[in-house]
Amino acid sequence: MKFKGTAWKFGADVDTDAIIPARYLNTSDPDELASHCMEDSTTPDFIKKMKRGDVIVAEKNFGCGSSREHAPIAIKTAGVSCVVAKSFARIFYRNAFNMGLPIFESPEAAAGISEGDEIEVDADAGVVRNLTTEKEFSVAPVPAFMQELLAAGGLMAYTKKKAGLA
Amino acid sequence: MTMTEKILAAHCGKKEVVPGELINAKVDLVLANDITAPIAIKEFRAAGATKVFDQERIALIPDHFAPNKDIASAEQCNMLRQFSREHDLSLYFEVGRMGVEHALLPEQGLVVPGDVVIGADSHTCTYGGLGAFSTGVGSTDVAAAMITGEAWFKVPESMKFVYSGKPGRWVGGKDIILRTIGDIGVDGALYRAMEFTGEAISRLPMSGRLTVCNMAIEAGGKNGIIEPDEITEKYVAKRARRKYRFYKSDKKAAYVEVREYDLTGMEPQVACPHLPENVKPVSQLDAVNIDQSVVGSCTNGRIEDIREAAKVLKGHKVHPYVRMIVIPATQAVYKQSLKEGLIDVFVDAGAAFSTPTCGPCLGGHMGILASGEKAIATTNRNFVGRMGSPKSEVYLSNPAIAAASAVLGRIGRPEELK
Ligand code: SF4
Repeated sequence: MKFKGTAWKFGADVDTDAIIPARYLNTSDPDELASHCMEDSTTPDFIKKMKRGDVIVAEKNFGCGSSREHAPIAIKTAGVSCVVAKSFARIFYRNAFNMGLPIFESPEAAAGISEGDEIEVDADAGVVRNLTTEKEFSVAPVPAFMQELLAAGGLMAYTKKKAGLA
Repeated sequence: MTMTEKILAAHCGKKEVVPGELINAKVDLVLANDITAPIAIKEFRAAGATKVFDQERIALIPDHFAPNKDIASAEQCNMLRQFSREHDLSLYFEVGRMGVEHALLPEQGLVVPGDVVIGADSHTCTYGGLGAFSTGVGSTDVAAAMITGEAWFKVPESMKFVYSGKPGRWVGGKDIILRTIGDIGVDGALYRAMEFTGEAISRLPMSGRLTVCNMAIEAGGKNGIIEPDEITEKYVAKRARRKYRFYKSDKKAAYVEVREYDLTGMEPQVACPHLPENVKPVSQLDAVNIDQSVVGSCTNGRIEDIREAAKVLKGHKVHPYVRMIVIPATQAVYKQSLKEGLIDVFVDAGAAFSTPTCGPCLGGHMGILASGEKAIATTNRNFVGRMGSPKSEVYLSNPAIAAASAVLGRIGRPEELK
């Protein structure tokens, strides 16, 4: 897995209400959710300005707050290729793996990337490269069980296999 | 082992588990609501599943946008209703019997001490107040668990919080947890189990314990948990619908961190916008005029909370510039409020009293803020836009402060009422 795109920078404790405000949760339609992605964040017009493949880079505790899977769905459907953060809130981390939004934990990358930098993420090598500043950062390795989940194609595919539904 | 570790071990058939270990555990109850269940139902169907693991152990509760606030919400609630009928689920709660999920399940004895519960709602951690392991997950986890009756967990490290001393008047579980979050921050317990203990916790009634554990997620915690005791026994004995078991942490259980708090004389706490960690003692706030006061939610919508608000409000009028909205968390709380004459107190004071719903807590309906407006609420989150306009502000407090503020027209204490 390799991702390349422009970085959009966010601060600490970006909560799920900032990612997808609850007022839009009367639907679970992915496109509808994506159209409001990051609307209550520090970059309210994110969805208008971003391009497919762009990367969200944030400080600590990204995705804190509610358990809404609508948050990673909105980000993924918007076309964000992956999220790099200093750390992730627990349920967001879990949801991202379960539904297949690639996320990477790297305090160095979060600190060494500015808005607008061109970023390349090489998941297999475990590195994030800032192509603009030509700096390289390592990302936290994914636990074996989570790799198994990803390899199976997410939690539902894994569950189907386990429950003999496949 | 800690009680969290013991409960998890018992549910994955092991003698012992250690923090960091990934396990597959049996769950006693799976929960989802009108926002999160639709996605879980879609995934359940997409997986080709035709049978749920247990018809008695899946709770689907339409509480966020119900009674349906618009057509889109009506469609979502209908998905829960139809799925429940199709699979003959015993724990579907229709409007009129429904309550805010985390208040309803403990009240009805549907979650019990020693349980492992997952819910597609972050405040599922509430049931730790009973001595259960419960945690919020996403819709996909719920879809999988509806099929298998299992969920994967990373066994969390535990953090211990010890509270001593007798706090001041009007101080309850809400103030204890706000003080804690103010101390450790919104990610201060990230991925960890938060075990609350000490004499101040032993004295807390079940309502306060549920409030404390409810907000563990606001510190990033995986679960909050309190050792069951006589208060727990008294609470569950008359309602438990299943066998329960009390787990206690070993004396030499390992904690990554132990924090102690002396609550002697502590006054009520308020979390200022826009994070639950921006906590100050109420007397240290500058004059904050408010437009709305909300009493309710899974944090503070139990009968004890409604009583507390009514006690402060009795004989007073809501300030002319303030809208006070009181929302009992369940039908039982509603009925009890009626019986005790509390509804009269609110209506006489000029407050609105609603049927149970999450409503304004998440900016859903029943009390949305306009830009520039400020609210004090007994809810649990004050993120940007949480109660409406992204340009509004929410302050979090206990019910007594919310009621006093409604009368004063600004954030203040019951002692200030004439
Ligand atoms: S009352 Fe608020 S926090 Fe509790 S479940 Fe409802 S929306 Fe969530």
